Amino acid sequence: MSRCLPAQTVGPFFHLCLTKDPTLGCMTRPGAKGEHIRVRFRLLDGDQAPVPDGMLEIWQADANGKYDHPDDPQQQSPDPAFCGFGRLATDEDGVAIFETVYPGRAAGDAPHLSVNVFARGLLDRLCTRVYFADHPALAEDPVLALVPEDRRETLLARRDPADPAQWNFEIHLQGAEETVFFDL
Amino acid sequence: MKHYPRPERCEQAPLLHPPYRASLRRAPHRPLIQIPHTLSELTGPLYGHNPIGETDNDLTRQHFGEPVGQRIIVAGRVIDEDGRAIPNTLVELWQCNAAGRYRHHADNHHAPLDPNFSGAGRTLTDENGNYRFLTIKPGAYPWRNHRNAWRPAHIHFSLFGPCLITRLITQMYFPNDPLLPFDPISQSIPDERARQRLICHLDLDLTEPEFALGYRFDLILRGRNATPFEGPS
Repeated sequence: MSRCLPAQTVGPFFHLCLTKDPTLGCMTRPGAKGEHIRVRFRLLDGDQAPVPDGMLEIWQADANGKYDHPDDPQQQSPDPAFCGFGRLATDEDGVAIFETVYPGRAAGDAPHLSVNVFARGLLDRLCTRVYFADHPALAEDPVLALVPEDRRETLLARRDPADPAQWNFEIHLQGAEETVFFDL
Repeated sequence: MKHYPRPERCEQAPLLHPPYRASLRRAPHRPLIQIPHTLSELTGPLYGHNPIGETDNDLTRQHFGEPVGQRIIVAGRVIDEDGRAIPNTLVELWQCNAAGRYRHHADNHHAPLDPNFSGAGRTLTDENGNYRFLTIKPGAYPWRNHRNAWRPAHIHFSLFGPCLITRLITQMYFPNDPLLPFDPISQSIPDERARQRLICHLDLDLTEPEFALGYRFDLILRGRNATPFEGPS
């Protein structure tokens, strides 16, 4: 039996390969089903300064809660106008904005986005989830239930008060509001 | 449901590794929370977002002329911990040129850019999990982590594998590189054997006579049954 390779940092120069295609931030094509939303991330370091050289990846179900993957046993077909994967570099303000749809519920979870965070200084990726603050199923979510109550707030995106189609989510790598990260 | 055992901690770098200075303000302080593998983790992005171009796996033919430096073949298999081939999976790589300079606006190392070298490649594995790149041996380059900090020659790799759990970004190093013992990034991995797994091997069977040395590097992703799981039959 071989053992898996250890991870190493993505470093500061990944843009020349991994984020050359800015359309990877747009996960919908015309006709994608469901509520079309933008999710605005801001990535912040231990000084609460923006991380301008990070990379974020999203993986999510479509509006019906279906993952576009052969191991999703649910009967329905995935939405052909939706791509469940998105990838963007953060800009100088630590911001990355994805255009996507509000995900449906898969297998009893509350709707969420799975997120990979990569950056210089991170020896391995960080995994987190984005939940939507207004969803009534949050209390039933089995993963959220494993998070101490006083830290669940760090996993909630909130609707932008000025723009209801936009959800805001800050990723704090350190500090009092440090985001909850998961060991998969 | 599939079961993916977690790797041994000593075989993975800790997130906070003070000799690597950039980890000080970026590595989370609180412990990670272990979660069960739900549908969100047992699925994941499969390749399909961009078509692969004809020269995407040949970094020596992406421009009008040939890049400067020593041609090398980097090839191997993408497999999981149980030795199963992972076919049709995306492998992306990036690297600096032979002089130790990345084609990137943030790289201000005083070394020449090579107009014939971009340093980015991608390919899909075949039905047996094989991949192959032709490229140029990357140079070492200085960085500002500490006095006289130099990165050993390395190539960055990015892979998805079958699901979100198997996602991997890592770096490949070269055999007998004298800079490796001084490199806080590679040395962040506590276990010596795990560090060795990131070093490719010279392979004369892969080498093309009169043309390019071959280095073999197998990309091993997390597996499903590394610890046999006995359930009721």
